[in-house]
Amino acid sequence: MPALAIRAFTATTALGRGNAAQAAALRERRGGLRRNDFGPTPLPTWIGRVDGVEDAPLPSALSRWECRNNRLAWLALQQDGVLTALDTIVAKYGADRIALVVGTSTSSIGASEEAYARADVDADGVRHVPDDLTRPIVHTPHSLGDFLQHATGLRGPCITVATACSSSAKVFAQAARMIEAGLVDAALVGGVDTLCGSVLFGFNALGLVSSERCRPFDATRDGLSLGEAGGFAVIERAATGDAGLQLRGYGESSDAHHMSAPHPEGLGATLAMRGALDRAGIESADVGYLNLHGTSTPANDSVEARAVDALFPPTLHASSTKGWTGHTLGAAGIVESVFALLALEHGLLPGILDSAVRDPACGPQIRFDNADADIRYAMNNSFGFGGNNCSLVFGKVAA
Amino acid sequence: VSALTATIAGIGFWTDGLPAWDAARAFALDGTRPDNAPARPSPQLLAPNERRRAPGSVAVALEVAMAACRDAGIAPETLPSVFASTHGDLGITDYMCDTLATDPTAISPTRFHNSVHNAAAGYWTIGAGCTEATTALSAFDATFAQGLLEAMTQLATGTPAVLLVAYDTASVGLLGTVTHSEGLLGAALVLVRDGDGPRLGATLHDGADPDVPGPLGTYAGRNAMAQMLPLFDALASGGTRAALRAGPHRSLSLGIAYPENA
Repeated sequence: MPALAIRAFTATTALGRGNAAQAAALRERRGGLRRNDFGPTPLPTWIGRVDGVEDAPLPSALSRWECRNNRLAWLALQQDGVLTALDTIVAKYGADRIALVVGTSTSSIGASEEAYARADVDADGVRHVPDDLTRPIVHTPHSLGDFLQHATGLRGPCITVATACSSSAKVFAQAARMIEAGLVDAALVGGVDTLCGSVLFGFNALGLVSSERCRPFDATRDGLSLGEAGGFAVIERAATGDAGLQLRGYGESSDAHHMSAPHPEGLGATLAMRGALDRAGIESADVGYLNLHGTSTPANDSVEARAVDALFPPTLHASSTKGWTGHTLGAAGIVESVFALLALEHGLLPGILDSAVRDPACGPQIRFDNADADIRYAMNNSFGFGGNNCSLVFGKVAA
Repeated sequence: VSALTATIAGIGFWTDGLPAWDAARAFALDGTRPDNAPARPSPQLLAPNERRRAPGSVAVALEVAMAACRDAGIAPETLPSVFASTHGDLGITDYMCDTLATDPTAISPTRFHNSVHNAAAGYWTIGAGCTEATTALSAFDATFAQGLLEAMTQLATGTPAVLLVAYDTASVGLLGTVTHSEGLLGAALVLVRDGDGPRLGATLHDGADPDVPGPLGTYAGRNAMAQMLPLFDALASGGTRAALRAGPHRSLSLGIAYPENA
């Protein structure tokens, strides 16, 4: 595929707002998980909660979209020069020629949950949605995309991708296709997911939540820690001789196996990784860092470790950063793409937090310790329910 | 700006009372409806016990997807797919919110994993044994137009054939007082780069350009996916153009050319 230049990128997670906070916490091996304090009846688990969302209402002109998820979207959008980069490409191409493609798993379902929890019951026993939540747009998946379209003034195609935990990796693929087809010239991509009852109690019902901090690729791991996050990237067609960070390839596949369990041989994961390498036109040995899906569920990590071992040489540094942020679901794709971009930019290759005993399935690629290395290519894996897989390859062109 | 193009190789359709594309086309032409239309779709891709338990969204999506593949004579497992739905399964959203408000630890694990927006896409790829890419998207009242654009963009960037599936369910419960959608409606298109069939050209432009609803648009107009019906009304009657809402201030204009002797 034609290389796409990344003009700005950012993530806001439990580690803080913006890239500097992410890089510092990764370097210092300082995690963002806390004991679950979300909601009226918190389950005994650990969460990656973003501080201050409760105290950051949307500007009044955007109050129609008010909800926790769009607040986090707004906070994340203010960081790391994303809005300045958007202004530049709007001036260059016009707002009609810029796509907005964002991913989420549950969007603002937290607002729908709140409508049921706070429903008014009238004299006849009929429930009513509280007046402040009778806004249809916050009760539908496109809440996120619609909010961002109005918040940024972009007028190109605007789509909310919702393929569970691969959502905000797939946004890069969809935007890349639109740019390649000439439908648009540039795109704002990203993803946002916030903590809500649906995911905390839903993953708990599936028996996939740990009562301790998650321990990806540890032999004793017993489940994930959930988190929330938001992030964005501004991408456009790379010009000849362009230096800097680029999206170089994407691979997408389906497991065709099970709704909530990975293919036992990692078939879909392998197809996605191979597809991304092929599209980038590079060999697996060219990749310096791979940010794994690495959820810390017993099933995912051993399958993913074996698939990585079969495809990559022992020299690869691969890790899951979910011990720092928790599993941020529909935002995992953008957050972990940002971590891959930080690895390219600063040579900071994160290891794995809180894991001590290697799972026997781990090949030499799985690294628990941080490392420093100047690398040319970094990858990100994001896999979701329904067996929905996406891998991305990012590259760095020296000036 | 060059138009995106595609050939329609196969069509699937299902709504309450019109359980197939032939029935929908007949209704659009002369107002007739089949007797004894089934109350819900029964997708043969699922095992009989799964067929009964499948959420309405999954049942209608798999039914129309299979019908479109059959119509096109293309094996389902070879096709990448795009699943477009405004709201996902509104019955499951109501169940999740209601249970969380009353007894959160009672959430059903199956209903939870069926609550993801890509549930139908997941069941489709599993049932069809398809390892090709699939996506699930929403763009509110521009969902179908954006799904169609993504499918046509895939054709323009190297994919020879793609499956587009669009559907919405009925709103229920407390959520149904804010979000309105009635009945079950789904349609699917197998789109190919080259081949026989009606030829679509699509261009985005400014402004809302709403079509007056045709017979199908009037019949199923209260379902959230009625936004796709201008295209299906045109296809049913041999119409050569349709306009779809593509965003708050954008419209997708479709031109349709029919092969001779079709």
